[in-house]
Parts: sequence; C-alpha cells; structure tokens
Amino acid sequence: MSEARFDVEALLRTALTPVEPPETLSDRLERNLTELTDMAAEELAEWELSAMRDPRNWARPVAAATVIGVAGGALVVVRARQRSKKKQVTGLRALEQGLQDVVDRVGKTLDR
Amino acid sequence: MSATRDKVSLDAEFTELYRTHLRDVYSYAYYRIGNHHDAEDITEQTFLQAYRHFERAQREAHGRPLRPWLIRIAHNLAANYYRDRSRKPQTNLEDAGVLPAFHDTADLVEGREEVQHVLAGVAKLPEDRRDALIMRFALDMDNREIARALGRTDGATKVLIHRAIKQLEEELGNE
Repeated sequence: MSEARFDVEALLRTALTPVEPPETLSDRLERNLTELTDMAAEELAEWELSAMRDPRNWARPVAAATVIGVAGGALVVVRARQRSKKKQVTGLRALEQGLQDVVDRVGKTLDR
Repeated sequence: MSATRDKVSLDAEFTELYRTHLRDVYSYAYYRIGNHHDAEDITEQTFLQAYRHFERAQREAHGRPLRPWLIRIAHNLAANYYRDRSRKPQTNLEDAGVLPAFHDTADLVEGREEVQHVLAGVAKLPEDRRDALIMRFALDMDNREIARALGRTDGATKVLIHRAIKQLEEELGNE
C-alpha cells in the first residue's frame, strides 16, 4: 500500500461520512410500515376466520371429523351390538321363561 | 394462533432491522443518487420491499447479517432509478449519476474543496467501483458484506475495491 493510497482512503472516509436521514423520512416510513403490518395482521386474522369457508382448507378438519365420525360410528356399532346382545339374552330368557311356564302348566295339569 | 404469534415476532425483528440500518440505507441511496429527495424515495421503497420478503430472507440468511441484503435491494432500486431517468430525460437529469456537489453536514465544512474533489472523482468511477467505495467508506462494510451486496465473490470484491481506489488515486493525482 503506497503513501498516496493511504491519503486517498483517508479522504474517502472524510468525504463519504454517513448521512443521517431526515426526520420526515423516518416518520413517514414508520407510519407506512405500521399501516402495512396492521394490514397484514388484519389479513391474517381474516384468513384464519375465512379459511374454514374455503373447501381447500377443509382437509385437516375433515380428517379430524372423519376420525371423530369413525370413532363415534364405531361407538354406535358397539352399543348397537351390545343392545343386540342384550336383546338376544332377553329373548332367550323369555323363551326359557316361556318353556318354564309350559312345564309348570303341564305339571299342574298332570297333578290334577 | 401460532401464525399470529410468529407474525408479531417477525414484525419485532423487522423493526429492529429497520432501526439499525435506516442510516446505512439512506447514506447509500444519497451517495449513489446524489440528492436527498430521491434518496428518501429509494430508502422508503427499500424498506417496503424488504418487509415483503423479510421472512424468506431471514430463512435463507442462516443467521448471517441482513445488511448486505438490504443494500442489495437499494442497489437494484438505484439501478432502476437510472434506467427510468434515461427513459425520461426531461426529469432532473443533472442529478442522475452525479454525487452531491455540497455536503451540508457540519463536520465537512473544513476541507470542503478537497472533499468535493474526492466526490467528483468517485462520481467518475464505473458504477460497480463507485458502489463498492460507498459501501466500504460510507457504510463501513467489510469485503464479505460488500461481496454479498454486489453478488460477487470475496476475491472479486477485494480486487474491485483495490482497482477503484487505484483509479481514484490516479484521477486525483492528475488534477
């Protein structure tokens, strides 16, 4: 590095000092950025609300609903089967009871 | 809900970036364009563009500083500014491509003539050399940062700055 080049670098440092932006620019820019961020936040909130209206965003809720539906359906099936079993048990008991009644009646008749 | 929370933290980080580098962007735009009015416009556009792409820039920076990215946006806008001016020669052509003739900052009152010589010399340099000198001396960016801002390798940037200083030295020596 030559002596002259050092001088040029020193001159450049003096000539190209950082420039403070005017306050009017800072104010305007901050206002615009605030408006932009507020707008973006509103858009996001609106999107979150409207997302459910768009069928393309239904995949996850539908999957969840399907799981719930399947689970609920399975529960219904289990309960139906349990009821059916209960009904079957009741039917056999009724038949058993009916047969017992017949046996009792026959026995009474024979006793006479 | 988590998207909203992310948005809040992203905005806070952008605010920090803006506060830290407003002066850098403005200084770059001012020395690049040569007048306060257009420097203000370019600074404003730079931050508005930066806000739109901030999330992606942050993701792709992998923790590296975002100043070179900001200056690159300002650099591209300044390039468009010159292109637009060349299409419309009726609007303030005297400002385009000329660095400010006068500094109004108090600390530059002394040695004004010398400073004007240097600024006039910088204004005569090719665009990439001028840009590199503004980034180095007005923004105090290192070679790596300048390389990222100009989309060059570190080595090419080092050569660019060396040649810019050499050329300026010769021009000032000839006066």
